[in-house]
Amino acid sequence: MEKKKFNPTITFIVAVLGSYIAFIVCMQQGIINNYISGIIVSILINVIMAVSLALVTGYLGELALGHAGFMAIGAYGAAITTMHLELPIYIEFPIGLMFGGMLAAIVGVIIGIPALRLRGDYLGIITLGFGEIIRIILNNMKITNGARGLSGIPSYSTFTITFFITAITIAILYKIINSRTGRAIVAIRDNEIATDCVGISTFYYKTLAFAIAAFFAGIAGGLYAHYHTVLVPSSFDFMQSIEILIIVVLGGMGNLFGTIIAAIVLCTMNEVLRSFSEYRMIAYSLVLIIMMICKAKNITFTSLKAKLTNKKGA
Amino acid sequence: MDYGTLFIQQIINGLHLGSIYALIALGYTMVYGIVRLINFAHGEIIMVGAYTSYIMMNVFGVNIVVALIAAVIVCSIFGVTIEKIAYKPLRNAPKMWALITAIGVSFFLQSTVMVIFGVNAIPYPTLFSDLIQVGSLQISQIMIVSLALALALMLSLELFIKKTRLGKAMRASSEDAEAAALMGISVDKTISTAFMIGSALAAIGGVLFAVAYPQIKPLMGVMPGLKAFIAAVLGGIGVIPGAMLGGFILGLIESLTKGFVSAFWPNATLWADAILFSVLIIVLLLKPSGILGKNVREKV
Repeated sequence: MEKKKFNPTITFIVAVLGSYIAFIVCMQQGIINNYISGIIVSILINVIMAVSLALVTGYLGELALGHAGFMAIGAYGAAITTMHLELPIYIEFPIGLMFGGMLAAIVGVIIGIPALRLRGDYLGIITLGFGEIIRIILNNMKITNGARGLSGIPSYSTFTITFFITAITIAILYKIINSRTGRAIVAIRDNEIATDCVGISTFYYKTLAFAIAAFFAGIAGGLYAHYHTVLVPSSFDFMQSIEILIIVVLGGMGNLFGTIIAAIVLCTMNEVLRSFSEYRMIAYSLVLIIMMICKAKNITFTSLKAKLTNKKGA
Repeated sequence: MDYGTLFIQQIINGLHLGSIYALIALGYTMVYGIVRLINFAHGEIIMVGAYTSYIMMNVFGVNIVVALIAAVIVCSIFGVTIEKIAYKPLRNAPKMWALITAIGVSFFLQSTVMVIFGVNAIPYPTLFSDLIQVGSLQISQIMIVSLALALALMLSLELFIKKTRLGKAMRASSEDAEAAALMGISVDKTISTAFMIGSALAAIGGVLFAVAYPQIKPLMGVMPGLKAFIAAVLGGIGVIPGAMLGGFILGLIESLTKGFVSAFWPNATLWADAILFSVLIIVLLLKPSGILGKNVREKV
């Protein structure tokens, strides 16, 4: 008998609509209050950040330590646009988001062209440098109101908008990864020289991946700006880039689904640990170290369970 | 003060700051040379060193020399323990995993110190603050002490690396760890030594930093750590003289932009870090292996 194949497009649409309806019902029933739905919005923004970085780090295999810089560009670009345009939300918000995203993508290309000549740790360091420079520039510009930050940004990032933008982002990235472009990107990760030899322009695809990632980070930034309604450059520092990188590495390199799960798990854990207040970061860092060691030693829940049952049997 | 004097004054300040960066950068470079790991926890070792010396002086009432030695011992133990617990299990894992562990260790040390001592900055005792006047230049004692100590340490490290058996073993491991192991060198031992020496130098760097800017706080290691790391990359990561050169270059650039350029362009202080990063980017683009680094051609 032939196996029934799932159509990924239909499965995805059903899953997205199903979870959306589930969330809305929970909200109307009061199971999810405003506080939790706010957390969900920020988790969704982190999911966009993580899947966009996954394209560069997970699929292209390059270490990027300046992703928060692109988020900052998108955030400021979108916020300044919506604050200056006097148009209804459904016109100015998409314009703002697209503007922020495009701006981030352009900066991504400008940074990517020189930076992508380097690889490995050096690329990581150079992206770190660019990320910090972006933050310092935002800190000193008049239009961004410097270190005091931008306030009074309209609050547009509702749950519905953020949810559907996240879903669209995931869908687009999934499509890209499973296209000719995506295969070229993965080929570069697996063996750059061989890829070059079969006639794929590694430079073009690297820059493209970098620009796409920057674009979606910019979109995430725009959502972030219209969710928090206040922007300060210091919230896009090196630590923010690191947090996103942690999600991507934990989710599994080159695994979009794993990245999404890791983003949700880590952000939720962050919120749950909030009750430990000052011990939160200790717990978080310990979990991080233990998870990585377990991953390296191939310790999983199943292998632990097998070990325990074996001991009991003997 | 005329511009000439100001310039020379800032050169002296830059050498002082640079000597601290160089000491810290040596730890990054030694560890990277052997295990190819960007040890993000190195900045936190600086902080641990500064806190240890503070406790020694304030709680046990010892003088700065004893406190410095205590800091060196504590940090060496920290460095070796961190390597054994957190990095060794990941030695054969993908590089990015070890990087995340290093970040985890760094978070752990920061937050632990934060819980114990609080988030706020603690004033550090002022030491060697007497100023020596040379013409119209002002040189504080700490500058001379830092520079002399740093140069002495670098010289002895250079001798250690070049002349002793362990030093040779370290150089061999950094060139090719597998071949070194086949020649009977215990790579584990050399890695531990690299972490120990690196952490000891970071402890001294941390104490000198705390004396120069007399306050300590849990996040004090982040920026010097990052800058020292840039210094190591600038000079050519994995190359020991490169770390020293990079440290001094960085210190000079920083104090010249903050102290000298700001005389003409008042906003220079705000842009100082951006200038540092720009220098790093330009150097990496022109010579990706750093100023003193060797170009390694990729083999197919």
